[in-house]
Amino acid sequence: MTSAEIISILDQKFGDRIKAKNLEAKDPFVVVTPTDLVEICRYLRDDARLGFDMLNCVSGVDYLEPDPKKAAKAGFDPHMEVVYHFQSFRNKHRFVVKVILPRWKDDKAGELPEVPSLASLFNIANWHEREVYDLTGVWFTGHPDLTRILLSDDWVGHPLRKDYEFPLEYHGIRGR
Amino acid sequence: MATVADPTIVEFDVRTDEMLVNMGPQHPSTHGVLRLVLRTDGEVISEAVPHMGYLHRCAEKIGENVTAIQFIPYTDRMDYLAAMNMNLGYALAVEKLCGMEIPEKAQVIRVIIAELNRIASHLVGMGTYGLDLGTFSPFLYAFREREMILDLFEEVCGARLTYSYITIGGVHDDLPSGWTQRLQEFLDYLKPRIEEYHTLLTRNHIFVSRTAKIGILPKHLAISHACSGPMLRGSLNRTSGDPDWDLRKIEPYSGYGAYDFRAIVPPFPEAPPESVIGDCWHRFYVRMLEVIESIKLCEQGLKRYPTAQGTHRADLPKHLPAGEAYVETECPRGQMGFYVVGRPSKDSVPLRVRAKSSSFCNLSLCDELCRGCLIADIPAIVGSIDIVMGEIDR
Repeated sequence: MTSAEIISILDQKFGDRIKAKNLEAKDPFVVVTPTDLVEICRYLRDDARLGFDMLNCVSGVDYLEPDPKKAAKAGFDPHMEVVYHFQSFRNKHRFVVKVILPRWKDDKAGELPEVPSLASLFNIANWHEREVYDLTGVWFTGHPDLTRILLSDDWVGHPLRKDYEFPLEYHGIRGR
Repeated sequence: MATVADPTIVEFDVRTDEMLVNMGPQHPSTHGVLRLVLRTDGEVISEAVPHMGYLHRCAEKIGENVTAIQFIPYTDRMDYLAAMNMNLGYALAVEKLCGMEIPEKAQVIRVIIAELNRIASHLVGMGTYGLDLGTFSPFLYAFREREMILDLFEEVCGARLTYSYITIGGVHDDLPSGWTQRLQEFLDYLKPRIEEYHTLLTRNHIFVSRTAKIGILPKHLAISHACSGPMLRGSLNRTSGDPDWDLRKIEPYSGYGAYDFRAIVPPFPEAPPESVIGDCWHRFYVRMLEVIESIKLCEQGLKRYPTAQGTHRADLPKHLPAGEAYVETECPRGQMGFYVVGRPSKDSVPLRVRAKSSSFCNLSLCDELCRGCLIADIPAIVGSIDIVMGEIDR
């Protein structure tokens, strides 16, 4: 099934709850709100025509140009994206779903933006979401055990944020 | 006074509560720096929690600070046993983002090199799996053959582990003169050796009793954990209508569609009667059969190479375009994905590089596979997942 057909099925089912769609991208995607995410992903998994039973990749992308001189020409407003790459074992096709978030919840620096967890739908979401939380700093509500997975438990900050500051030292080990 | 033979005292001396056992990160059978925390009831595992990150270098952060082509050497260090396949995956992702056309000659060289690296990687997988289960000789045989592949790679690119040979737009250099001849000689040498490995391991009675019916992975669990590669294929069943799940078959890249090979999916007529689909033995045997398919692919590539059109490398664009591309390739350990996001301002440094590791997804099953097994089965199960920590921790 082509991406255009997948998007039209979603359009019919969810109407204006599909906030944006992009068919011209290399991997066509739709944008949904965090509140609708779980329901749309459950439909993607359970509908026989779609059958997206594998969640191959979850990525957090931080859109921010930390250099104020370049910020005007960056070409995007500061925001966060969580990108879900699905693949269907039954139907052998792929699809991408995106959630767009503010960089900080309620614009309060330090408060992580929130997305509902998909761990109840896909077992692998447990680890993928822990990694996104660890490195990019997105809070997945409803996750059974949202702890750091690659970095140590006492690490401060989320390294894949563009404004992350490298620590000067860690337990007596000199940084920089 | 009570004697030693008094049964009540013996009863009171035995501690029957659960025990936490740390396995790794320096344990020889955990394949690198993996630490498993096992909750055990006597010899039986009730929980196995993997802890990783000991090899974490945040390659993704490096990726967004260097240009696309400068990142190639970092991909080498992810799955260092299959560095060529890592290079290929990242190069394909950047090429998809830029919309580049790759000349036929470069594609043929890529297929030959990637399949040769798959053979080398599966040989190490086989050798170390034997080592985990307490037999040393297959390891020596495997490394004897792998050494010859490394010699061939050294001729091609000068390196023996971290090649950076497959690069954006094609491959770094054309094949040296006489190399195809030497590769053919090696393949002729390797083919009869496969039977030796089967004698040493596959049909070995001890090996079969250590791996058959151990760590059985049902298909639905493998799919929900997004497993891939031999891990997923070992749990499929062709007779119940499962597809040939191999990205080289279902989403052919680099011209794989024109090659004649088969995806390895059970059942196997030569499987020992005590084994069942999805157990450690089947995962191991899928790898062994993939070596034979890779030899076939290398030979077909060698036939195509002299008449392949074009050069070994296409010209690079000046900068990365805006947009994003996600590419998965069939690496020896599964589907390795690269997600590259370009900047809207014309720049050769990507905004984001994401590497999705196949071993990461495969390892997430560790807890469910190990539950209810004996401690002695842990090396058999973790070895059959065939993890490389460099890829998991990135």
